[in-house]
Amino acid sequence: MDKRISYFEDISLLKDNSVVGWSFFWLLLFGLVPFVLAEYQVFIANLVLVNVIIVLGLNVLIGNTGQISLGHGGFVAIGAYMTIILDEQWLPFLPSLILAGFVAALFGFLLGIPALKLEGPYLAVATLGFGLAITTIIGRMPFFGGHMGIMPPPLKVLGMEMTTNMDFYYLCLIIALLIGVFARLLIKSKIGRAFSAIRDSDIAASALGVNVVRYKTMSFAFSAFYAGIGGGLWAYVLGFISPGNFTPVLSILLLSMVVVGGSGSITGSVLGATAITLLNLQGEKIQELPLIGPFFEWVSANYMSISGLPNINFLFMGLTVILIILFEPLGLFGIWLRIKIYFKTWPF
Amino acid sequence: MIGQLIMTGIVAGSIYALIALAMSLTYKSSEVANFAQGEMAMFSTYVAFVMLATYQLPFWVAFIGSLLFAFLLGLFLHFAIIRRAKNPNVLNLLIITLGFQIFLYGLVGWKWGSEQRVLKIPISQTETVEFAGLTISQLNLATILIAVLLMASIYILLRFTKLGLAIKATQQNQTAAKINGIPTKWIVAITFGISSVIGAVAGVLMAPITTLDPNMMIEPMLKGFAAAVLGGFNNLAGVVAGAFILGIVENLFGFYVSTEFKSIVAFLIIVIVLYFKPSGLFGTHFTRKV
Repeated sequence: MDKRISYFEDISLLKDNSVVGWSFFWLLLFGLVPFVLAEYQVFIANLVLVNVIIVLGLNVLIGNTGQISLGHGGFVAIGAYMTIILDEQWLPFLPSLILAGFVAALFGFLLGIPALKLEGPYLAVATLGFGLAITTIIGRMPFFGGHMGIMPPPLKVLGMEMTTNMDFYYLCLIIALLIGVFARLLIKSKIGRAFSAIRDSDIAASALGVNVVRYKTMSFAFSAFYAGIGGGLWAYVLGFISPGNFTPVLSILLLSMVVVGGSGSITGSVLGATAITLLNLQGEKIQELPLIGPFFEWVSANYMSISGLPNINFLFMGLTVILIILFEPLGLFGIWLRIKIYFKTWPF
Repeated sequence: MIGQLIMTGIVAGSIYALIALAMSLTYKSSEVANFAQGEMAMFSTYVAFVMLATYQLPFWVAFIGSLLFAFLLGLFLHFAIIRRAKNPNVLNLLIITLGFQIFLYGLVGWKWGSEQRVLKIPISQTETVEFAGLTISQLNLATILIAVLLMASIYILLRFTKLGLAIKATQQNQTAAKINGIPTKWIVAITFGISSVIGAVAGVLMAPITTLDPNMMIEPMLKGFAAAVLGGFNNLAGVVAGAFILGIVENLFGFYVSTEFKSIVAFLIIVIVLYFKPSGLFGTHFTRKV
């Protein structure tokens, strides 16, 4: 689409000066956002950031390597529980978060081994089973708080106590930024190109000397690491976790964020995580919206049921996923690309 | 005791077998692992419930009516959604059916709410039948019989009728089937319809045992899917065998080892089996061309 002048444009983090400018603009915007939002909206922004972190990793697995995972809720659970347990008894917050990420990555590596031989529905079932197994095991062990769940200890980062949603926001923003830059560097490196080669054809990739075994398991471990980090932050943002948070529904939600945003793109991950998180939260209390709210209430009262109205967010979610795949396979990122190209080539 | 356990396992296995059979029928003819199978069955069961409770129709009318609805729902899924996909790859098709699953879940939840309802059927759950020293409730016996009957009719359909021949031809090679004058578009659609009907039967048989609510088919659907994968997705007889193996092993495990982890043992078996046999126990592994 764009004209490329040298190879270094493909591997550099920021392509040219206009990208640098825009990056600074967005960074400034994100940095100032919590000052204009209400307390509850900052909380939602935190959830969005956490989902962005998880989806960045999942997108590398799905969009760049072409594998599917319906068990990412399991990795999120591992990250969340490990962070809390380590933070409570042994380590400060940041080391426990990173260690939890590595524990999740270890599980990702282990899941990656049987996943080497599987594809399509077989892989879907294996990962789904993994996710279910993790939640069930956690839910049955008193050490993890069982079905009642556990609460994270007060958050202390580098000696600073973090209590308000705004503190959490900056913590999540910095981690999301670091992790996003790392994901972009990874995709643009040799490893990222190996991932894409495997996605397009693993047989051809191995014929060209790509070690498929190594890179597939690496991709699983990488995305599990991101899910673990995201899970650890999620636990502190929510302030309470139980096995009920990590059902297959969570894995499906994460998957739909990847698809809606645009698979294989960093911008897409951010857009998808934001859109689906907001849609999901707003769908649950749709009657509070102006104009649309009363309409849906009227429809519910006459044709459907009022008590079932909160379920409407599932309906919208499913519809969004179907429509995106049918009409815009590149997702929101594809729409953004088309708008960009339209204005670049205007008036033609 | 062990006979009784195996019997209960067979009852669970026949439900899994129906769902597994439905999923592998569509998978064979269109390469779509239909994740919406369970919710489609749940929706059809709600239709039966409405006909029974709101319109006071006799059970058999409601049953046939819901099967008819299930058939149309299958056609709808194929014509309105799956055929519309622009460049369908396995991943996208899988996600489309996941989207349809969430959509139906939301639709049913909106229409009927999340409360649990009772589906009244004329087969008793409490009265039992005894034979060969085993006790089995009438409903469970009926479940096994209906499942076996349905499987037999699928076998007859595929083996001895012209439609079955067309379905098999489409499954083997769609282009060649089309050249030979088979309307493959309709044949695939009909396979979707038949699968949906099989799922709906499983739903109506399940509803009195659990209760009727939007979550009722999630676990049976996952188990049925797991069973299909265990048996080898592209071998119908293998799929049914896988379902019965899964049902029995799960029940024995639940009694002798741990009831707590009963629900996940299925997936542990799957992961282990897939590690050694990547296309299931009885599936045929075909090599892909580059």
